[in-house]
Amino acid sequence: MNNTISVPLSEEKKSRWKFFLGELKPKGKMFTWFNVISIPIMLLGLGLIVIRFWKGIGSITNLTQEVPWGLWIGFDVVTGVAFAGGAYVVTFMVYILNMKSYRSIVRVTVLNGFLAYVFYAGALLLDLGRPWNVINPIIGNGFGTSSVLFLVAWHFLLYMLAELIEFSPAIAEWLGAKRACKILSGMTLAAVIFGITLSTLHQSGLGALYLMAKEKIHTLWYSEFIPILFFVSSIFAGLSMVIFEGSITHKVFSDQISEKNHEQHHKILRGLSKVCTGALFAYFFLQVLVFVHSKNWDYLSTPMGYWYLTEMLGFVLLPMLLFYYSYRNNNITLIKVASVITMLGVIVNRLNVTVIGFRWDAAVHYVPSWMEIVVTMAVIFTEIWIFRWVINRLPVLRESPSWAKNMH
Amino acid sequence: MSINRRSFFKALGVTGATFVFGKEAPARPANEEVTEFKAILYDSTKCIGCQTCEFSCAEAHNLPEPEDFPEMGVVRKTDENRRTVVNSYDTSIGEVYVKRQCMHCNDPACGAACLTQAMHKTKEGPVIWREDKCMGCRYCMVSCPFDVPKFEYDSPNPKITKCNMCFERQEEGKLPACVENCPGEALLFGTRRELIAEARRRISENPDVYYDHIYGETEAGGTSFLYLSPVPFEEIGFNTGIQKASYPSLTKGFLYSVPAVFVLWPMMLLGIQDATKDKQPKTEDHE
Ligand code: SF4
Ligand code: SF4
Repeated sequence: MNNTISVPLSEEKKSRWKFFLGELKPKGKMFTWFNVISIPIMLLGLGLIVIRFWKGIGSITNLTQEVPWGLWIGFDVVTGVAFAGGAYVVTFMVYILNMKSYRSIVRVTVLNGFLAYVFYAGALLLDLGRPWNVINPIIGNGFGTSSVLFLVAWHFLLYMLAELIEFSPAIAEWLGAKRACKILSGMTLAAVIFGITLSTLHQSGLGALYLMAKEKIHTLWYSEFIPILFFVSSIFAGLSMVIFEGSITHKVFSDQISEKNHEQHHKILRGLSKVCTGALFAYFFLQVLVFVHSKNWDYLSTPMGYWYLTEMLGFVLLPMLLFYYSYRNNNITLIKVASVITMLGVIVNRLNVTVIGFRWDAAVHYVPSWMEIVVTMAVIFTEIWIFRWVINRLPVLRESPSWAKNMH
Repeated sequence: MSINRRSFFKALGVTGATFVFGKEAPARPANEEVTEFKAILYDSTKCIGCQTCEFSCAEAHNLPEPEDFPEMGVVRKTDENRRTVVNSYDTSIGEVYVKRQCMHCNDPACGAACLTQAMHKTKEGPVIWREDKCMGCRYCMVSCPFDVPKFEYDSPNPKITKCNMCFERQEEGKLPACVENCPGEALLFGTRRELIAEARRRISENPDVYYDHIYGETEAGGTSFLYLSPVPFEEIGFNTGIQKASYPSLTKGFLYSVPAVFVLWPMMLLGIQDATKDKQPKTEDHE
């Protein structure tokens, strides 16, 4: 590796160290509202994690023998990974459909996706009772090939690798490694194709995890089509996240974004909302088919039925119409509103399958403890910290150095 | 657009299997092997609710002795410290006792769920859990239709616990502890085929004593714990709506489609990539 890395200012080792140390230091103000809120929560979360490994999972969670998967799986992993779906959709549009105009959001989306996998799939480790055995399905101390979870776990791992490769040219540009940058850029298309294939399978695989829990999930949310529904919804889940994240980063990091990209961003948002409309429509249509197919009419007039209707009408149909209306009328604010509603809808849907509708009839309901929620928030905040650290240093939002311009 | 049950997955699955094996995937092996599993027949008409099975189970597995007893209207549950319980039910013919534990399914959901094969259906019949493999993900608990595997939530080195049909005793040629000690002869150990024949014989010889069904013969694809009851099984706390097909069959369609996607997707993506490439310099904006 070393001979391919050449540090911008000097070739000497010393200055390379200086460069790294300099980059490690925080940039910007320390006393922002975000820091003031996130730091205590991250510290508290860390403390709770220590307790969890010391005293067992039961010491900080409300999980029961009947409900063995709670917020950490249902929200952190299942929902978090759906939101990370933006990366495969955007790379599909840019590298496979050759929609060049979306190029400017590829890096930030892939970075977001990569970090989401690292942190949310990483949160899985907190939930494992015996995490030291996590390498077993990798080293072959039992290949549970008939297990959907085996598939999902492997795919997480490989997909992280694919996303790292997709993102690696940015790292090479940061380090000024010209040759490495060229080689890594050349691997992008292969990584993208591999990544999209993996995403198709594990986004649906997350739904397939619950197929065997047939009697445990409320029938309104259980069907043999969960995998397809999860896959289709990951498209608009991911894109709404891209829209939402984009509108925030464009405010917070506006100094890094060129005038041209600022202008283009509105066009991009309109394009994405068009895709969202289509995906939401397909999803709604599928849900209706599944509903009619399973003949669940009687359940509609129960409280769970009202909840189901709320999800379908308020969190699928409504944002679909909003997206449609706003891209027709070029209303950027409304696009952002629609993306937030869509994201809420995805959270509601995933939690309905994994937590709310899971053992909905049990005598004792699972409600996450405040400690589970704090740990979840700590995970999210840590991810945002790292995200900010990277954005401030690597050419993600900002333009690539001029030498790298014509490489890809 | 017509959506037939599983037709989408099935089509993908067959294609996938064809790609991988070069021929259609063979159906599950027929029952020949399955019937020779070791099994236990529990006859609740003979059970006197004495809890000897609970005590001997606790002794055999170094667990604390039970402190409560079967009480009508109270459903005691297995947990991380007890792998079997006897409950008392108020039925149409009066009090009936029922012993519960792992059903040792022929094609267990827990085993298919486990990504490390820590949950394992032995060829002898018992479904066992292996400490050195398990990563504590609890997917087996999510998947088991009988809610059998339990987890030690309060331990930093937690185990999954459930009845293992005394597999270690069986290996030494001994009977499962509960079977050996049952004073009422409510428990019988043998091969699954023998026991089903025996259960049929009991039903046909005493049709007034037994309800005409062997629970576990077909439930969840068949189990190695078989039940006889004097009353319909829903009266004694069984889920009679349980599906007849095995639970792992619910995910087969999805798993079969995986190789197909792996082969077809990259080809398709490359194709699209190639088709859209030419236009790229002219059309800057696709939307
Ligand atoms: S009853 Fe549950 S734990 Fe026992 S073998 Fe069947 S699926 Fe596994
Ligand atoms: S908890 Fe252990 S036995 Fe159960 S599925 Fe996970 S790895 Fe397998």
